Amino acid sequence: MKFTLSWLKEHLDTQASVDEIAETLTKIGLEVEEVFNPASNLKGFVTAKVENCEMHPDSDHLHLLSVNDGKQNLQVVCGAPNVRQGLIGVFAPVGTLIPCYKEVLKVGKIRGVESFGMLCSEKELGIGEDHTGIIELPQDTKVGVPAADVLPIDPVFDISITPNRAECLGVRGVSRDLAAAGLGKLKPLEIRKISGTFASPVKVKIEDFDACPTYVGRYIRGVNNKAQTPKWMKDRLTAIGLRSISPLVDITNYINYDMARPLHVFDADKLKGNITVRMAKEGEKFISLEEKEYALDSKSLGICDDEGVQCLGGIMGGQEKGCSDETQNVFLECALFKPECIARTGRHFQIDSDSRYRYERWVDPKSNVLGSDYATQMIVDICGGEVSEMEIAGSEDCAERVAYLRPERMKNFVGIDVSSDKIIEILTNLGFKVSVEADGRIKAISPTWRGDIEGEHDLVEEVVRMIGLDNIVPESLPHDKLPHQVLTPAQQRMLTVKHELANRGLLETVTWSFTDSNIAQYFRRQNDDVVLLMNPIAADLNEMRPSVLPNLLLGAKNNIARGYGNVALFEVGPEFFGRKPGQQTLVAGGIRVGQTSKKHWTGEARAYDVFDVKADALAAIAAANGPFENAQITTDAPAYYHPGRSGVLRLGKNVLAYFGELHPSVTKKIGLKQRVYAFEVYMDNIPLPRDAQSKAKKKLELSQFQPVDKDLAFVVDKKVKAIDVITAAKTADRNTITDVRIFDLYEGENLPENKKSIAISVTFQPQEKTFSDQELDVLMKKVEMAVCNKTGGQLRS
Amino acid sequence: MVDTTQLKNELLQNVSAAQDMKALEDVRVAALGKKGKITELMKSLSSLSVEEKKEMGKKLNILKTEIEAALDKQKAILEEKELNEKLAHEVIDVTLPIRPEVQGRIHPVSKIYEEVVAIFGQMGFEVAEGPDIEDQFHNFNALNTPANHPARQMQDTFYIKNLESDDFDDSYVVRTQTSSVQIRTMEKQCPPIRIIAPGRTYRSDYDATHTPMFHQVEGLVIDKNITMAHLKGCLYDFVKAFFELDELPVRYRPSYFPFTEPSAEMDIGCLKTKTELKIGAGDDWLEILGCGMVHPNVLKAGGIDPDEYQGFAFGMGLDRLAMLKYGIPDLRTFFESDVRWLKHYGFVPLDVSSMTGGLSNNGGAQR
Repeated sequence: MKFTLSWLKEHLDTQASVDEIAETLTKIGLEVEEVFNPASNLKGFVTAKVENCEMHPDSDHLHLLSVNDGKQNLQVVCGAPNVRQGLIGVFAPVGTLIPCYKEVLKVGKIRGVESFGMLCSEKELGIGEDHTGIIELPQDTKVGVPAADVLPIDPVFDISITPNRAECLGVRGVSRDLAAAGLGKLKPLEIRKISGTFASPVKVKIEDFDACPTYVGRYIRGVNNKAQTPKWMKDRLTAIGLRSISPLVDITNYINYDMARPLHVFDADKLKGNITVRMAKEGEKFISLEEKEYALDSKSLGICDDEGVQCLGGIMGGQEKGCSDETQNVFLECALFKPECIARTGRHFQIDSDSRYRYERWVDPKSNVLGSDYATQMIVDICGGEVSEMEIAGSEDCAERVAYLRPERMKNFVGIDVSSDKIIEILTNLGFKVSVEADGRIKAISPTWRGDIEGEHDLVEEVVRMIGLDNIVPESLPHDKLPHQVLTPAQQRMLTVKHELANRGLLETVTWSFTDSNIAQYFRRQNDDVVLLMNPIAADLNEMRPSVLPNLLLGAKNNIARGYGNVALFEVGPEFFGRKPGQQTLVAGGIRVGQTSKKHWTGEARAYDVFDVKADALAAIAAANGPFENAQITTDAPAYYHPGRSGVLRLGKNVLAYFGELHPSVTKKIGLKQRVYAFEVYMDNIPLPRDAQSKAKKKLELSQFQPVDKDLAFVVDKKVKAIDVITAAKTADRNTITDVRIFDLYEGENLPENKKSIAISVTFQPQEKTFSDQELDVLMKKVEMAVCNKTGGQLRS
Repeated sequence: MVDTTQLKNELLQNVSAAQDMKALEDVRVAALGKKGKITELMKSLSSLSVEEKKEMGKKLNILKTEIEAALDKQKAILEEKELNEKLAHEVIDVTLPIRPEVQGRIHPVSKIYEEVVAIFGQMGFEVAEGPDIEDQFHNFNALNTPANHPARQMQDTFYIKNLESDDFDDSYVVRTQTSSVQIRTMEKQCPPIRIIAPGRTYRSDYDATHTPMFHQVEGLVIDKNITMAHLKGCLYDFVKAFFELDELPVRYRPSYFPFTEPSAEMDIGCLKTKTELKIGAGDDWLEILGCGMVHPNVLKAGGIDPDEYQGFAFGMGLDRLAMLKYGIPDLRTFFESDVRWLKHYGFVPLDVSSMTGGLSNNGGAQR
């Protein structure tokens, strides 16, 4: 919402400075975005007098001037039609920054004659639209003084209005708030009651009173829309960024911003028959004044004549029956439309307008007759014409809105003592009708321009606003004991997992919860719904991600494109499998691409492989205190993984994690040529510790005897799984075997085609005494038997 | 009687002349070996008289001890020399770089989460959570924002598509604010309530300070005697602790949120220059959060009697806090997974936030 200082002073009698006004606006909740003071651009400009004016020797329209800037006479070439000897204007000496051109003025040479400065138009100074000639100041203006001191400078305020303060979308409302805050006096509104001399030939009928309770029409005949909009009005509209179009349009715009009162003017000669306010028919055509065509629906309110919808009620006028320069007879509409209807239609057809903006929030239901009179007065004053009687459909009557405030609430809700008298004063200044009940409560009847006052809390806010939030003395929250654990076990372990993965060399990233359906399709799992956004911000961010991997892969791709080929990223965040609340799961996912490091003199750089991401997955599960040692490993990872190089860590049916190399055809779709290794740990599937579980660790049993490591190698079929060898060995003698490690894997020469050799190192832990050679032999034989039985292999000789 | 003095001098000379272990061993054998000079003299004692034997034996023993000591001493010298020579051959270039050690980083948003949790934890708050996809009720209606409320347009909401219908269906949205967790908390928990709810939020907007996804932390305090003075105290305590400043100018401006009344926005003091933004005393103000007293309709929607309980709520951007505290200029970069950015603005994994141990050590040195 923008307005100028002079506009504000139209309603507010105040001596306050621009800074004081700006500070107060912010303090009372009308936050100042910007104050633009055109004077700030007028540095260097001075008043000057044209001492001598003759024709340029080489031009039929340029003049050669001698300009007195108070210090000296300067030669200036000037092309303005209104320049003449004796004129006092605004002079820009060489070196001045001209706001309109954003350039510093230099010594010019125009048709062979040097020019040492310029006399300026309003437009050039950025203080108005007029560029037909140079500014003419009154003859008694002192020469050589700063132009900012004598020009009618009108600073512009830009404030943001919260949705509850609809009346402040008009300068009148802002003025009232400032007056209530003690910054001046609100001037009385002077609107003449205009009586018509004839009955309106256009009648109005409302079919839907829910959407439009009141419609005040007025016929004005014999107007002149070719008349000039008065300069003051034009200047104000220009200052707030509106273009002056014609007096009739300018007047409606002006009143919209002056009183937050939308209006519409029809060219009455173009209307066929009477006005009916009704819901549009399905598919009914409407062409807006922006020349866009809409097929309306039965929830759109139309202002119609016999030829159809001519105006989308309260939102936008139509192209066909609007005013033009030739307009002679007009029909003025001042109506009330209900916010629900306006909001629905505006949103549905995506039409924004100043009118919609105001109706959607709140328009004073008692401002129809008043607004009609206000506009009529201006139209007659500017364009002339003869006025009909008002044509009123519906009624302005509306229920009183009453709220009560217990004065003690100020203390026990806000924490500040305010006397009843002070409360009454504030509310009265804001336009409430205030009285005190027998029980001390303050009764406040809302002014009709306030649609937001529902109860006590609203009145409290009004009082606090005016008292000033800064006057509340802060008080720390009371707490009398040690804080208890802040995080739930699930939240706590999520943090531990993040730190563990970062500690393992992965960079934590955060990516959008959305992703590209074209990529996401490869990562959706069976039975999962596609969760699409109805209105994505970009076509490639249109789906709630079914996996964290696509965005990580895109991240890797971008890094590789920037020349960073070794990428290790992880993210802990949600994956979505349905469109309803809760159909999401928390995943710690990561990818590794490239090498462990760039090549290094120690020769330790190596390509990432499946065992890096398997380790990541296991580390995450372990950090979450999950059962990582008991987890089974199966090879049925989703199809976006490499079928032969991926695995699932699970507890029965419950998937704890997927890991492995990604399927090359999937990574290729994303544009990655490299092998990519990935893991996804399903945090919600890792069992949480039971509430009652003690934090005490299992008792540590230490043997006093040295353990013995023994190596065995087996030749097994290639398809035999390493885990089967390890498990068979481990379970061969549970009491003594504490660890089994694979230390060599061999395929190739000296072995049949379909065989491989797996060498294991087994740790035997004596319990009561050291092993004899014989005992060890027996134990080794047990391991050999167990492995051979399980795998069908044999000891390698 | 043999004069041992000459022999002693001769042997000691030989010992000190031995320049390696082999030569020294030769000297030892020549003196003390089976046929060594001292051994020979010892053997010849048997031919002497008792008196002579006694005297000579004593002399020879002294000689033997002296020579052995000299041999030991020389041996130690030679051993040290030999070790020094060996070490001299083992020299390596210690300026060579160490083996590559990869260290990951914690994202600034996670770090801020931990800092915020640490501070509010100290004030007795717990961390609550809610889903990213919300229904109309929790995201809007229960928060006193019925359909067609203009406040719904304050936030550009993303709606979830109904795959069974082509019509506009606004049943489900991705939450536009973490305030929905207020309602979910009140549904589950009776007052007194003191929670913060950090999480992802979504609005259709994209520039240097707005992204379609960002992070908020919501706060909710409900009890019988909580006033706006507590709201101010709590938030003032928070910003001072968060920015690690003893003094921080703040101001509150009346504002509007459908779910609070009175509502306010809080600004903190700052100094803006062309090149930097310094939080603290200065001429400028920086908006940091929105807050207010919980609207009675919201309490009712959460099943709490507004005549018995009252309280305050607030919401602020975690990413914005990160930008302000750690001087990160552009919000969009948070979500770009640029490894250079993650290494630069990320935090070492062992830098854990707490009020007693410190909120952060500024990320640690980058390795």
